[in-house]
Amino acid sequence: MVQKEKLLEIHHLHKDYGNGPVLKDISLDVHKGEVVVLIGPSGCGKSTFLRCMNGLEQIQSGEILLDGNVITDNKTKWSDVRQKIGMVFQSYELFPHMTVIDNILLGPLKVQKKDKKEAEKEAKELLGRVGLLDKKDAFPRQLSGGQKQRVAIVRALIMRPEILLFDEVTAALDPEMVREVLDVMLELAKAGSTMVIVTHEMQFARAVADRIVFLDGGEIVEMDAPEKFFTQPKTDRARRFLNTFTFKKKEG
Amino acid sequence: MQDLGIRVLFMGNNFARLMGGLWITVKISLISVALSIIFGILLGMVMTLKNPITRCITKVYLEFIRIMPQLVLLFLVYFGATKSFGIQLSGQVSAVIVFTLWGTAEMGDLVRGALISIPKHQYESGAALGLDVIQIYRYIIIPQTQRRLIPLAINLMTRMIKTTSLIVLIGVVEVMKVAQQIIEANRYTVPDSALWIYGTIFFLYFIVCWPISRLAARMEKKWAN
Repeated sequence: MVQKEKLLEIHHLHKDYGNGPVLKDISLDVHKGEVVVLIGPSGCGKSTFLRCMNGLEQIQSGEILLDGNVITDNKTKWSDVRQKIGMVFQSYELFPHMTVIDNILLGPLKVQKKDKKEAEKEAKELLGRVGLLDKKDAFPRQLSGGQKQRVAIVRALIMRPEILLFDEVTAALDPEMVREVLDVMLELAKAGSTMVIVTHEMQFARAVADRIVFLDGGEIVEMDAPEKFFTQPKTDRARRFLNTFTFKKKEG
Repeated sequence: MQDLGIRVLFMGNNFARLMGGLWITVKISLISVALSIIFGILLGMVMTLKNPITRCITKVYLEFIRIMPQLVLLFLVYFGATKSFGIQLSGQVSAVIVFTLWGTAEMGDLVRGALISIPKHQYESGAALGLDVIQIYRYIIIPQTQRRLIPLAINLMTRMIKTTSLIVLIGVVEVMKVAQQIIEANRYTVPDSALWIYGTIFFLYFIVCWPISRLAARMEKKWAN
Protein backbone atom coordinates (compact mmCIF):
# COMPACT_ATOMS: atom_id res chain seq x y z
CA MET A 1 0.00 0.00 0.00
CA VAL A 2 1.21 3.47 -0.81
CA GLN A 3 2.07 5.37 2.33
CA LYS A 4 -0.56 8.08 2.71
CA GLU A 5 -0.87 10.77 5.34
CA LYS A 6 -1.74 9.67 8.85
CA LEU A 7 -5.24 10.60 9.90
CA LEU A 8 -5.49 9.00 13.30
CA GLU A 9 -2.48 8.11 15.42
CA ILE A 10 -2.67 6.19 18.65
CA HIS A 11 0.44 6.05 20.80
CA HIS A 12 0.95 3.71 23.75
CA LEU A 13 -2.65 3.70 24.86
CA HIS A 14 -3.47 2.20 28.25
CA LYS A 15 -6.99 1.64 29.49
CA ASP A 16 -8.02 0.33 32.87
CA TYR A 17 -11.51 0.13 34.42
CA GLY A 18 -9.96 -0.26 37.86
CA ASN A 19 -9.72 -4.02 37.97
CA GLY A 20 -6.78 -4.80 35.75
CA PRO A 21 -5.79 -3.39 32.39
CA VAL A 22 -8.19 -3.72 29.47
CA LEU A 23 -5.86 -2.29 26.85
CA LYS A 24 -2.08 -2.50 27.22
CA ASP A 25 0.27 -0.24 25.33
CA ILE A 26 -1.61 -0.09 22.06
CA SER A 27 -0.19 1.87 19.15
CA LEU A 28 -1.84 2.13 15.76
CA ASP A 29 -1.82 4.54 12.84
CA VAL A 30 -4.78 4.85 10.53
CA HIS A 31 -4.01 6.43 7.19
CA LYS A 32 -6.30 8.46 5.04
CA GLY A 33 -8.58 6.25 2.94
CA GLU A 34 -7.55 3.14 4.81
CA VAL A 35 -9.93 0.50 6.14
CA VAL A 36 -8.65 -1.08 9.34
CA VAL A 37 -10.55 -4.05 10.74
CA LEU A 38 -10.13 -5.01 14.38
CA ILE A 39 -10.80 -8.64 15.17
CA GLY A 40 -10.25 -10.85 18.17
CA PRO A 41 -12.09 -12.99 20.70
CA SER A 42 -14.87 -11.44 22.80
CA GLY A 43 -13.58 -9.43 25.69
CA CYS A 44 -10.24 -8.77 24.01
CA GLY A 45 -10.83 -5.02 24.21
CA LYS A 46 -11.52 -4.25 20.56
CA SER A 47 -14.80 -2.40 21.21
CA THR A 48 -13.25 -0.55 24.12
CA PHE A 49 -10.35 0.44 21.89
CA LEU A 50 -12.78 1.79 19.31
CA ARG A 51 -14.69 3.74 21.97
CA CYS A 52 -11.46 5.31 23.19
CA MET A 53 -10.93 6.78 19.72
CA ASN A 54 -13.86 9.18 20.10
CA GLY A 55 -13.63 9.75 23.80
CA LEU A 56 -16.54 7.60 24.95
CA GLU A 57 -14.01 5.88 27.19
CA GLN A 58 -11.38 7.69 29.21
CA ILE A 59 -7.84 6.46 28.83
CA GLN A 60 -5.27 6.21 31.60
CA SER A 61 -2.19 6.99 29.54
CA GLY A 62 -1.01 7.36 25.99
CA GLU A 63 -2.29 9.79 23.42
CA ILE A 64 -4.48 9.94 20.36
CA LEU A 65 -3.88 12.38 17.52
CA LEU A 66 -6.34 13.38 14.83
CA ASP A 67 -4.81 15.21 11.85
CA GLY A 68 -1.68 15.66 13.94
CA ASN A 69 -3.50 17.34 16.84
CA VAL A 70 -3.63 15.68 20.25
CA ILE A 71 -7.24 14.99 21.18
CA THR A 72 -6.71 13.27 24.50
CA ASP A 73 -5.67 16.15 26.73
CA ASN A 74 -7.90 18.00 29.14
CA LYS A 75 -8.75 20.90 26.91
CA THR A 76 -10.13 18.74 24.13
CA LYS A 77 -13.56 19.87 23.05
CA TRP A 78 -15.02 16.48 22.34
CA SER A 79 -18.11 17.85 20.67
CA ASP A 80 -15.83 19.33 17.97
CA VAL A 81 -13.69 16.22 17.63
CA ARG A 82 -16.67 13.92 17.39
CA GLN A 83 -17.99 15.77 14.37
CA LYS A 84 -14.90 14.53 12.56
CA ILE A 85 -15.11 11.01 13.96
CA GLY A 86 -18.43 9.36 13.12
CA MET A 87 -19.58 6.29 14.99
CA VAL A 88 -22.14 3.56 14.34
CA PHE A 89 -23.20 1.34 17.23
CA GLN A 90 -24.15 -2.31 17.50
CA SER A 91 -27.68 -1.56 18.65
CA TYR A 92 -28.27 1.26 16.08
CA GLU A 93 -29.37 3.73 18.77
CA LEU A 94 -31.64 5.75 16.57
CA PHE A 95 -33.67 8.24 18.56
CA PRO A 96 -37.08 6.53 18.92
CA HIS A 97 -39.08 9.75 19.23
CA MET A 98 -37.93 11.15 15.90
CA THR A 99 -38.62 10.15 12.29
CA VAL A 100 -35.81 8.80 10.15
CA ILE A 101 -35.16 12.16 8.52
CA ASP A 102 -35.20 14.01 11.86
CA ASN A 103 -32.73 11.49 13.25
CA ILE A 104 -30.42 12.21 10.36
CA LEU A 105 -30.88 15.99 10.47
CA LEU A 106 -30.27 16.41 14.21
CA GLY A 107 -26.49 16.57 13.84
CA PRO A 108 -26.31 18.87 10.79
CA LEU A 109 -28.92 21.29 12.14
CA LYS A 110 -28.08 21.46 15.83
CA VAL A 111 -24.34 20.80 15.84
CA GLN A 112 -23.15 22.10 12.49
CA LYS A 113 -25.96 24.70 12.18
CA LYS A 114 -26.39 23.95 8.51
CA ASP A 115 -29.15 25.38 6.36
CA LYS A 116 -32.24 23.21 6.72
CA LYS A 117 -33.02 22.92 3.01
CA GLU A 118 -29.49 22.00 2.08
CA ALA A 119 -29.17 19.46 4.86
CA GLU A 120 -32.47 17.93 3.90
CA LYS A 121 -31.40 17.59 0.29
CA GLU A 122 -28.22 15.89 1.36
CA ALA A 123 -30.09 13.60 3.74
CA LYS A 124 -32.40 12.50 0.96
CA GLU A 125 -29.48 11.83 -1.35
CA LEU A 126 -27.78 9.66 1.24
CA LEU A 127 -31.01 7.83 2.07
CA GLY A 128 -31.40 7.15 -1.63
CA ARG A 129 -27.91 5.70 -1.73
CA VAL A 130 -28.74 3.16 0.97
CA GLY A 131 -32.13 2.46 -0.61
CA LEU A 132 -34.31 3.94 2.12
CA LEU A 133 -35.64 7.17 0.66
CA ASP A 134 -39.24 5.92 0.95
CA LYS A 135 -38.74 5.45 4.70
CA LYS A 136 -37.75 9.01 5.46
CA ASP A 137 -40.91 9.82 7.43
CA ALA A 138 -41.10 6.46 9.20
CA PHE A 139 -40.29 6.06 12.86
CA PRO A 140 -37.44 3.75 13.86
CA ARG A 141 -39.86 1.23 15.37
CA GLN A 142 -41.38 0.68 11.92
CA LEU A 143 -38.04 -0.38 10.42
CA SER A 144 -36.25 -3.71 10.41
CA GLY A 145 -32.89 -4.04 12.11
CA GLY A 146 -30.99 -3.82 8.85
CA GLN A 147 -32.90 -0.71 7.82
CA LYS A 148 -32.27 0.91 11.19
CA GLN A 149 -28.58 0.23 10.90
CA ARG A 150 -28.46 1.75 7.41
CA VAL A 151 -30.19 4.86 8.75
CA ALA A 152 -27.64 4.98 11.56
CA ILE A 153 -24.86 4.88 8.98
CA VAL A 154 -26.46 7.77 7.08
CA ARG A 155 -26.79 9.70 10.33
CA ALA A 156 -23.05 9.35 10.84
CA LEU A 157 -22.20 10.04 7.17
CA ILE A 158 -24.10 13.30 6.88
CA MET A 159 -21.73 14.91 9.34
CA ARG A 160 -19.01 14.30 6.72
CA PRO A 161 -16.65 12.78 9.21
CA GLU A 162 -13.02 12.26 8.33
CA ILE A 163 -13.14 8.80 9.79
CA LEU A 164 -15.92 6.36 10.61
CA LEU A 165 -15.94 3.89 13.48
CA PHE A 166 -18.15 0.79 13.26
CA ASP A 167 -18.70 -1.13 16.49
CA GLU A 168 -19.95 -4.63 15.65
CA VAL A 169 -22.70 -3.12 13.56
CA THR A 170 -24.06 -6.44 12.32
CA ALA A 171 -23.86 -8.36 15.60
CA ALA A 172 -27.47 -7.64 16.57
CA LEU A 173 -28.92 -8.37 13.12
CA ASP A 174 -30.69 -11.39 11.76
CA PRO A 175 -28.43 -13.20 9.29
CA GLU A 176 -30.40 -12.19 6.20
CA MET A 177 -30.04 -8.52 7.10
CA VAL A 178 -26.32 -8.60 7.64
CA ARG A 179 -25.65 -8.47 3.94
CA GLU A 180 -27.50 -5.23 3.23
CA VAL A 181 -25.51 -3.42 5.91
CA LEU A 182 -22.18 -4.88 4.87
CA ASP A 183 -22.87 -3.91 1.26
CA VAL A 184 -23.28 -0.29 2.32
CA MET A 185 -19.96 -0.46 4.14
CA LEU A 186 -18.23 -2.03 1.14
CA GLU A 187 -19.54 0.83 -0.99
CA LEU A 188 -18.12 3.34 1.46
CA ALA A 189 -14.77 1.58 1.42
CA LYS A 190 -14.70 1.68 -2.37
CA ALA A 191 -15.53 5.38 -2.30
CA GLY A 192 -12.36 5.93 -0.28
CA SER A 193 -13.73 6.48 3.23
CA THR A 194 -11.41 5.99 6.14
CA MET A 195 -12.90 3.42 8.49
CA VAL A 196 -12.09 1.44 11.59
CA ILE A 197 -14.32 -1.59 11.88
CA VAL A 198 -14.85 -4.03 14.72
CA THR A 199 -16.54 -7.15 13.41
CA HIS A 200 -17.03 -10.86 13.82
CA GLU A 201 -17.75 -11.39 10.13
CA MET A 202 -14.47 -12.89 8.94
CA GLN A 203 -15.42 -13.13 5.28
CA PHE A 204 -16.39 -9.51 5.29
CA ALA A 205 -13.25 -8.50 7.16
CA ARG A 206 -11.19 -10.20 4.49
CA ALA A 207 -13.08 -8.47 1.70
CA VAL A 208 -13.17 -4.95 3.08
CA ALA A 209 -9.94 -4.52 5.00
CA ASP A 210 -6.70 -2.95 3.91
CA ARG A 211 -5.23 -4.10 7.17
CA ILE A 212 -6.32 -6.57 9.83
CA VAL A 213 -5.46 -5.87 13.45
CA PHE A 214 -5.76 -8.89 15.70
CA LEU A 215 -6.23 -8.14 19.38
CA ASP A 216 -6.12 -10.60 22.22
CA GLY A 217 -5.93 -9.99 25.95
CA GLY A 218 -5.86 -6.22 25.51
CA GLU A 219 -2.88 -6.04 23.18
CA ILE A 220 -2.20 -6.07 19.48
CA VAL A 221 -0.95 -9.54 18.70
CA GLU A 222 -0.72 -9.35 14.97
CA MET A 223 -1.19 -6.79 12.23
CA ASP A 224 -1.12 -7.70 8.56
CA ALA A 225 -2.75 -7.46 5.15
CA PRO A 226 -5.95 -9.52 5.10
CA GLU A 227 -4.79 -12.15 2.60
CA LYS A 228 -1.68 -12.85 4.58
CA PHE A 229 -3.41 -12.83 7.93
CA PHE A 230 -6.14 -15.21 6.93
CA THR A 231 -3.94 -17.63 4.99
CA GLN A 232 -0.67 -17.55 6.95
CA PRO A 233 -1.15 -16.10 10.41
CA LYS A 234 2.19 -15.52 12.09
CA THR A 235 1.20 -16.25 15.66
CA ASP A 236 -0.30 -19.23 17.40
CA ARG A 237 -2.97 -17.12 19.03
CA ALA A 238 -4.20 -15.86 15.67
CA ARG A 239 -4.16 -19.38 14.24
CA ARG A 240 -6.20 -20.70 17.14
CA PHE A 241 -8.65 -17.82 16.82
CA LEU A 242 -9.13 -18.39 13.10
CA ASN A 243 -9.63 -22.10 13.68
CA THR A 244 -12.72 -21.41 15.74
CA PHE A 245 -14.43 -20.29 12.54
CA THR A 246 -13.86 -23.48 10.57
CA PHE A 247 -15.57 -26.79 11.10
CA LYS A 248 -14.33 -30.21 10.20
CA LYS A 249 -16.83 -32.54 8.62
CA LYS A 250 -17.95 -35.26 10.95
CA GLU A 251 -16.20 -38.47 10.10
CA GLY A 252 -17.90 -41.80 9.90
CA MET B 1 -90.46 16.06 44.61
CA GLN B 2 -90.88 18.04 47.78
CA ASP B 3 -89.49 15.24 49.92
CA LEU B 4 -86.38 14.54 47.91
CA GLY B 5 -83.18 15.29 49.73
CA ILE B 6 -81.76 17.07 46.72
CA ARG B 7 -83.64 20.24 47.65
CA VAL B 8 -81.17 20.73 50.49
CA LEU B 9 -78.58 21.48 47.93
CA PHE B 10 -80.47 24.53 46.73
CA MET B 11 -81.63 25.83 50.10
CA GLY B 12 -80.11 29.14 51.10
CA ASN B 13 -76.54 29.44 49.86
CA ASN B 14 -75.72 25.77 50.31
CA PHE B 15 -74.62 25.24 46.74
CA ALA B 16 -72.38 28.28 46.76
CA ARG B 17 -70.84 27.09 50.03
CA LEU B 18 -70.20 23.69 48.54
CA MET B 19 -68.48 25.33 45.59
CA GLY B 20 -66.43 27.43 47.99
CA GLY B 21 -65.36 24.21 49.69
CA LEU B 22 -64.47 22.69 46.35
CA TRP B 23 -62.30 25.70 45.59
CA ILE B 24 -60.33 25.13 48.81
CA THR B 25 -59.82 21.51 47.78
CA VAL B 26 -58.70 22.48 44.28
CA LYS B 27 -56.47 25.27 45.56
CA ILE B 28 -54.61 23.06 48.02
CA SER B 29 -54.29 20.34 45.40
CA LEU B 30 -52.99 22.67 42.72
CA ILE B 31 -50.38 24.31 44.93
CA SER B 32 -49.20 20.92 46.20
CA VAL B 33 -49.12 19.40 42.72
CA ALA B 34 -47.18 22.35 41.28
CA LEU B 35 -44.61 22.26 44.08
CA SER B 36 -44.39 18.47 43.86
CA ILE B 37 -43.61 18.58 40.16
CA ILE B 38 -40.82 21.14 40.59
CA PHE B 39 -39.23 19.47 43.60
CA GLY B 40 -39.94 16.00 42.24
CA ILE B 41 -37.98 16.65 39.04
CA LEU B 42 -35.03 17.90 41.06
CA LEU B 43 -35.30 14.97 43.47
CA GLY B 44 -35.52 12.51 40.58
CA MET B 45 -32.32 13.88 39.07
CA VAL B 46 -30.57 13.69 42.43
CA MET B 47 -31.76 10.10 42.82
CA THR B 48 -29.96 9.06 39.64
CA LEU B 49 -26.61 10.15 41.10
CA LYS B 50 -24.23 7.38 42.04
CA ASN B 51 -23.22 9.16 45.27
CA PRO B 52 -23.90 6.80 48.22
CA ILE B 53 -24.86 9.63 50.60
CA THR B 54 -27.56 11.14 48.37
CA ARG B 55 -28.73 7.62 47.55
CA CYS B 56 -29.18 6.77 51.20
CA ILE B 57 -30.93 10.03 52.12
CA THR B 58 -33.35 9.96 49.21
CA LYS B 59 -34.12 6.31 49.81
CA VAL B 60 -34.94 6.86 53.48
CA TYR B 61 -37.08 9.87 52.58
CA LEU B 62 -38.99 7.95 49.94
CA GLU B 63 -39.60 4.90 52.13
CA PHE B 64 -40.62 7.01 55.11
CA ILE B 65 -43.19 8.97 53.12
CA ARG B 66 -44.52 5.86 51.43
CA ILE B 67 -44.92 3.82 54.58
CA MET B 68 -46.62 6.56 56.59
CA PRO B 69 -50.33 6.92 55.92
CA GLN B 70 -51.04 10.45 54.71
CA LEU B 71 -53.37 10.97 57.67
CA VAL B 72 -50.59 10.26 60.13
CA LEU B 73 -48.37 12.71 58.31
CA LEU B 74 -51.10 15.34 58.47
CA PHE B 75 -51.53 14.86 62.23
CA LEU B 76 -47.79 14.84 62.70
CA VAL B 77 -47.35 18.18 60.95
CA TYR B 78 -50.52 19.88 62.18
CA PHE B 79 -50.57 18.78 65.82
CA GLY B 80 -46.98 17.61 66.23
CA ALA B 81 -45.38 20.81 65.02
CA THR B 82 -47.52 22.89 67.37
CA LYS B 83 -46.95 20.71 70.42
CA SER B 84 -43.23 20.10 70.02
CA PHE B 85 -41.91 23.23 68.41
CA GLY B 86 -44.64 25.72 69.16
CA ILE B 87 -45.07 26.45 65.48
CA GLN B 88 -48.63 27.46 64.72
CA LEU B 89 -49.50 26.16 61.28
CA SER B 90 -52.93 26.63 59.82
CA GLY B 91 -54.68 23.55 58.53
CA GLN B 92 -54.25 24.67 54.94
CA VAL B 93 -50.53 25.30 55.26
CA SER B 94 -50.07 21.93 56.97
CA ALA B 95 -52.00 20.29 54.17
CA VAL B 96 -49.82 21.90 51.50
CA ILE B 97 -46.67 20.85 53.36
CA VAL B 98 -47.78 17.25 53.74
CA PHE B 99 -49.06 16.86 50.20
CA THR B 100 -45.95 18.48 48.77
CA LEU B 101 -43.71 16.14 50.80
CA TRP B 102 -45.70 13.18 49.60
CA GLY B 103 -46.04 14.33 45.99
CA THR B 104 -42.34 15.20 45.77
CA ALA B 105 -41.38 11.71 46.91
CA GLU B 106 -43.70 10.00 44.45
CA MET B 107 -42.85 12.36 41.59
CA GLY B 108 -39.14 11.99 42.29
CA ASP B 109 -39.43 8.25 41.99
CA LEU B 110 -41.31 8.60 38.70
CA VAL B 111 -38.68 10.97 37.30
CA ARG B 112 -35.89 8.67 38.44
CA GLY B 113 -37.59 5.73 36.77
CA ALA B 114 -38.06 7.65 33.53
CA LEU B 115 -34.45 8.84 33.48
CA ILE B 116 -32.87 5.46 34.11
CA SER B 117 -35.16 3.82 31.56
CA ILE B 118 -33.30 5.69 28.80
CA PRO B 119 -30.45 3.43 27.74
CA LYS B 120 -26.91 4.69 28.22
CA HIS B 121 -26.35 4.29 24.50
CA GLN B 122 -28.86 7.03 23.76
CA TYR B 123 -26.60 9.50 25.56
CA GLU B 124 -23.60 8.07 23.74
CA SER B 125 -25.04 8.16 20.26
CA GLY B 126 -25.99 11.79 20.86
CA ALA B 127 -22.47 12.50 22.06
CA ALA B 128 -21.00 10.67 19.06
CA LEU B 129 -22.80 13.12 16.78
CA GLY B 130 -21.07 15.99 18.53
CA LEU B 131 -24.01 17.19 20.63
CA ASP B 132 -23.03 18.75 23.96
CA VAL B 133 -24.58 17.68 27.26
CA ILE B 134 -27.31 20.34 27.24
CA GLN B 135 -28.27 19.46 23.66
CA ILE B 136 -28.34 15.76 24.50
CA TYR B 137 -30.83 16.41 27.30
CA ARG B 138 -32.86 18.88 25.30
CA TYR B 139 -33.25 16.95 22.06
CA ILE B 140 -32.86 13.32 23.10
CA ILE B 141 -33.36 12.57 26.78
CA ILE B 142 -36.08 14.98 27.92
CA PRO B 143 -38.45 14.32 24.99
CA GLN B 144 -38.19 10.61 25.70
CA THR B 145 -38.68 10.91 29.46
CA GLN B 146 -41.61 13.28 28.93
CA ARG B 147 -43.67 10.74 27.07
CA ARG B 148 -43.12 8.18 29.80
CA LEU B 149 -43.52 10.64 32.61
CA ILE B 150 -46.56 12.78 31.81
CA PRO B 151 -49.22 10.03 31.96
CA LEU B 152 -47.80 8.78 35.26
CA ALA B 153 -47.55 12.29 36.68
CA ILE B 154 -51.18 12.95 35.80
CA ASN B 155 -52.29 9.81 37.58
CA LEU B 156 -50.37 10.97 40.61
CA MET B 157 -52.15 14.33 40.35
CA THR B 158 -55.62 12.78 40.50
CA ARG B 159 -54.55 10.64 43.43
CA MET B 160 -53.39 13.75 45.25
CA ILE B 161 -56.65 15.58 44.56
CA LYS B 162 -58.70 12.70 45.95
CA THR B 163 -56.53 12.31 49.00
CA THR B 164 -57.01 15.94 50.01
CA SER B 165 -60.40 14.83 51.38
CA LEU B 166 -58.42 13.73 54.46
CA ILE B 167 -57.72 17.31 55.48
CA VAL B 168 -61.21 17.54 56.94
CA LEU B 169 -59.64 15.82 59.90
CA ILE B 170 -57.30 18.70 60.65
CA GLY B 171 -60.12 21.19 60.51
CA VAL B 172 -59.79 22.62 57.03
CA VAL B 173 -63.21 23.60 55.73
CA GLU B 174 -63.00 22.11 52.27
CA VAL B 175 -65.70 20.48 50.22
CA MET B 176 -66.15 17.46 52.52
CA LYS B 177 -66.44 19.61 55.60
CA VAL B 178 -69.02 21.90 54.01
CA ALA B 179 -71.00 18.82 53.06
CA GLN B 180 -70.95 17.54 56.61
CA GLN B 181 -72.08 20.92 57.91
CA ILE B 182 -74.98 21.04 55.47
CA ILE B 183 -76.06 17.53 56.36
CA GLU B 184 -75.83 18.22 60.09
CA ALA B 185 -77.80 21.45 59.82
CA ASN B 186 -80.64 19.71 58.02
CA ARG B 187 -80.65 16.50 59.98
CA TYR B 188 -84.24 16.91 61.22
CA THR B 189 -85.88 18.59 58.26
CA VAL B 190 -84.29 16.47 55.52
CA PRO B 191 -83.07 13.23 57.05
CA ASP B 192 -81.97 11.64 53.80
CA SER B 193 -79.84 14.57 52.64
CA ALA B 194 -76.57 12.67 53.22
CA LEU B 195 -77.02 10.53 50.15
CA TRP B 196 -77.75 13.56 47.99
CA ILE B 197 -75.01 15.76 49.27
CA TYR B 198 -72.33 13.07 49.17
CA GLY B 199 -73.65 12.08 45.77
CA THR B 200 -73.09 15.65 44.65
CA ILE B 201 -69.56 15.53 46.05
CA PHE B 202 -68.97 12.37 44.09
CA PHE B 203 -69.82 14.27 40.94
CA LEU B 204 -67.70 17.26 41.92
CA TYR B 205 -64.61 15.08 42.38
CA PHE B 206 -65.48 13.33 39.19
CA ILE B 207 -65.72 16.60 37.27
CA VAL B 208 -62.33 17.70 38.58
CA CYS B 209 -60.49 14.39 38.09
CA TRP B 210 -62.10 12.92 35.02
CA PRO B 211 -60.78 15.40 32.44
CA ILE B 212 -57.32 14.98 33.91
CA SER B 213 -57.40 11.22 33.70
CA ARG B 214 -58.87 11.38 30.17
CA LEU B 215 -55.97 13.59 29.20
CA ALA B 216 -53.55 11.02 30.60
CA ALA B 217 -55.23 8.22 28.67
CA ARG B 218 -55.09 10.22 25.46
CA MET B 219 -51.45 11.06 25.86
CA GLU B 220 -50.62 7.45 26.60
CA LYS B 221 -52.38 6.38 23.44
CA LYS B 222 -50.79 9.05 21.31
CA TRP B 223 -47.32 8.19 22.53
CA ALA B 224 -47.76 4.44 22.63
CA ASN B 225 -44.43 3.15 21.52
